[in-house]
Amino acid sequence: MMYTADMLKVFNEHRGDAIVIPGRGGIFWVDISKRVNLDLPLGDPAMGGHGAFALGLALALPERRVVLFDSEGDVQMGMSILLSVAEQRPANFYHFMLDNECYATTGGQPVPNAKNVAYEAIARGAGYPRAFAFSELDAFGKALPGILAEPGPVFTALKVHPNIQNQPIGQRRRWMTRTRDQAILDMQRELRIAA
Amino acid sequence: MNDAVVTTAQLSPEVVLNELKKQKVTHVVWLPDSETNWLYLLMKAEPSLHLVAVAREGLACSTAAGLAAGGKTPVILIQNTGLMESGDSIRGWLLGLSVPVVMMVGLRGWTRHGVTTDTAAVYTEPFLNAFGLKYYIVESDADANRIGVAFEEARKSKRPVVVLVADEFHGFNR
Repeated sequence: MMYTADMLKVFNEHRGDAIVIPGRGGIFWVDISKRVNLDLPLGDPAMGGHGAFALGLALALPERRVVLFDSEGDVQMGMSILLSVAEQRPANFYHFMLDNECYATTGGQPVPNAKNVAYEAIARGAGYPRAFAFSELDAFGKALPGILAEPGPVFTALKVHPNIQNQPIGQRRRWMTRTRDQAILDMQRELRIAA
Repeated sequence: MNDAVVTTAQLSPEVVLNELKKQKVTHVVWLPDSETNWLYLLMKAEPSLHLVAVAREGLACSTAAGLAAGGKTPVILIQNTGLMESGDSIRGWLLGLSVPVVMMVGLRGWTRHGVTTDTAAVYTEPFLNAFGLKYYIVESDADANRIGVAFEEARKSKRPVVVLVADEFHGFNR
């Protein structure tokens, strides 16, 4: 397994000018990213929808690379979006998934069949032309340039240590530095998107 | 009611499509029900529309949110059964991200007159009211300008607005 923060630091070296939706990795990404106006740290608007949001964004901005750090809990909840992504085939969509095998934000209870799911096989079966899985950071770091060099959609499952939170929600660190509306507005301004 | 009246009171798919084009809709995010076949064929043949099929209605909300964030003009086309399934996505992705989108929702079970027995129709308006969503009922071609009103309302309020398509069982299907 790898630590999400370490993995995101490795990714950041290869980010280029991609839009990044850090998903549940946002708590770490806000301290790593150097291109804040191209980040969409949305937190958790509603569980299971990150993949669909990223799909919509990738379809809207086909010239811009869109990178999503999804989670296995979200993918389990909204799994059928893999079919829609595969059908639409956005070449600019890079779909990473953090698999910590649990619902970390609710105390670490295991997701269904937590340790025995081959998500990359599911993605491939749904129709993604390329899908990978990594549990060690070194191997991921070596493969990442190749993953990003080819057109999407591509799915990459990453085994990560859980960042389990047990405090009441009101006592947790507030890591989002902007509202969701503001983050979207900043990206639109950066890319000169009329909305 | 005679047959001629029934015929002229229909909502034709061509009229719906024309309204979408007038509003410069770019993407239709949808999950069909069994009665939308002719609208599907027309949409598919329309080069200005990009169809995005989803397999669960809540995902239509988050897909539309992404499209809107990227500057596009999506419309969501689902049935009332799926609308109710989408509650948390409407809350989080559409209302939470202030997405100005029109949701065209087939009002399954709508009877207008008499007793409504289909619970899909019974719960639809209470559901929309619970979420504070403004809605317009469109029953026939004569009501079609309400689709434009809904788009204008969505743009002004930066919120989702619903068009309840209350001619599901013969309008789209000719």
